[in-house]
Amino acid sequence: METNKIIERLKTIVKPYVQNEQAFQDFGQDTDFIKDLEINSANLVDIVLDVEDEFDIAIDNDSMDNMMTVQDAVQIIKAKKQEA
Amino acid sequence: MGVAAPNGVGLENFEQAIQQGISGIRFQPELERLKFSCQIAGKPEIPENLLQEYFTPLELRSLNSSGIVYGVISGIDAWKDAGLTVHEESATDWDSGIIFGTGILGVDKFREAIHMIDAGKTRRLGSTSVVQTMASGISAYLNKKLGCGNQVTTNSSACTTGTEAVLMAYDRIKLGKVTRVLTGSCSDSGPYIWGGFDAMRILPHKYNQDPTNASRPMSESAAGFVPGSGAGALVLEELESAKKRGAKIYAEVLGGHINSGGQRNGGSMTAPNSEGVKKCIQNAIFDAGVRGDGLDTINGHLTATTMDATEISNWKTALDLNAADFPSINSLKGLTGHCLSASGSIECVASVLQVSKNFIFGNINTGDLHPEIENLVGRENVPQKTLFREVNLLAKASFGFGDVNAVVIFGKFS
Repeated sequence: METNKIIERLKTIVKPYVQNEQAFQDFGQDTDFIKDLEINSANLVDIVLDVEDEFDIAIDNDSMDNMMTVQDAVQIIKAKKQEA
Repeated sequence: MGVAAPNGVGLENFEQAIQQGISGIRFQPELERLKFSCQIAGKPEIPENLLQEYFTPLELRSLNSSGIVYGVISGIDAWKDAGLTVHEESATDWDSGIIFGTGILGVDKFREAIHMIDAGKTRRLGSTSVVQTMASGISAYLNKKLGCGNQVTTNSSACTTGTEAVLMAYDRIKLGKVTRVLTGSCSDSGPYIWGGFDAMRILPHKYNQDPTNASRPMSESAAGFVPGSGAGALVLEELESAKKRGAKIYAEVLGGHINSGGQRNGGSMTAPNSEGVKKCIQNAIFDAGVRGDGLDTINGHLTATTMDATEISNWKTALDLNAADFPSINSLKGLTGHCLSASGSIECVASVLQVSKNFIFGNINTGDLHPEIENLVGRENVPQKTLFREVNLLAKASFGFGDVNAVVIFGKFS
């Protein structure tokens, strides 16, 4: 799966949770969900569920803890997709 | 003030509905499907576009708590009606608080969670399960929008909840601990709220084809209460502060009383101890510094059970009035059903409207007034049609399971 396509799909998933629209304009690999997009940390669990549904994967707790940036998410999605 | 009632969402719609005797009781196909004996209920009608005015798209995505919907709509309306601003970026307002009650919150959300947990999918619950099912979820959701920094809490005392909340807010303002409080209460709707009452066989079952005639407080044919739901909200404020802000003042809370009959002397889990009720009325009158014969009208608890006549008898004895001096009395439940934990606050809103706008809404479905009640206070004191006359002093009572009582006295502001 291409990185760009994953990022596009992630962007759609993350959109409703974003509190810093300015940072969302520059959504890319280095974007940090909490620091840049100011997403409420409680909402990260909702994003993980949305990602699971969108990519048909299961994200374990350890992977979730490491999912701070878009790049982290892309790597986790790719890895889980390969396992599947 | 703000309100989400079965017969009117929004203060203007509600005022019109109670003046014109418009019922909010409707047939509920869901209750028929689930084989309820009573398949009718009072449920506020909330169109999708109205929801979007009060909730963000993100909030709406997972929202499955009707009590929060009703509570937020009425609460935000009340806040704005009081001339206060709603802005999620505003600074914390240390002088404002929220006391907003409920019976049980977010049962539909809780059901969703139970199914997932039982299927071993606890991790799929998401982040909103807790905040939509904790009792104080309603005050928490309201405060996300209002930013109050004083006490923010949720009280719960069955069907007394809403009236109790008003008096708790009043007490805190009187103590000088807060300047203004958004107060009120909400109740979820749906089969998981109403089922337990259906099982107790205290709901009418012969009106499924004739919903608007089903809720019959004070009538001879009263056959139980029609279940309802919704929310009512009032902003209570220290008088000088309200005047200084130039706020719209509907009425004054003159006093009130909260007590319990102790589930003794005829009082039980489900019925009030009449001695407790009478004491509550008398203490409220005393606290307000008024006289029983000065009351222009009473808004009773009056749910449409055999207890209605007992309640009226208690009012009469407590106020020490004969039938000729007894004030007009009404029950909102004929129009809305019994909105349970929301009943007290919705009925306080109706009461304050009567004081502010000078009317006494009519009791529909009392064509066959209970003879005992007619004997106690006379037909003329239970108006069937709305009376437009001066209302300066009103007593409002709510009673709840567990033998708990609350009476508040509202007076005209001049």
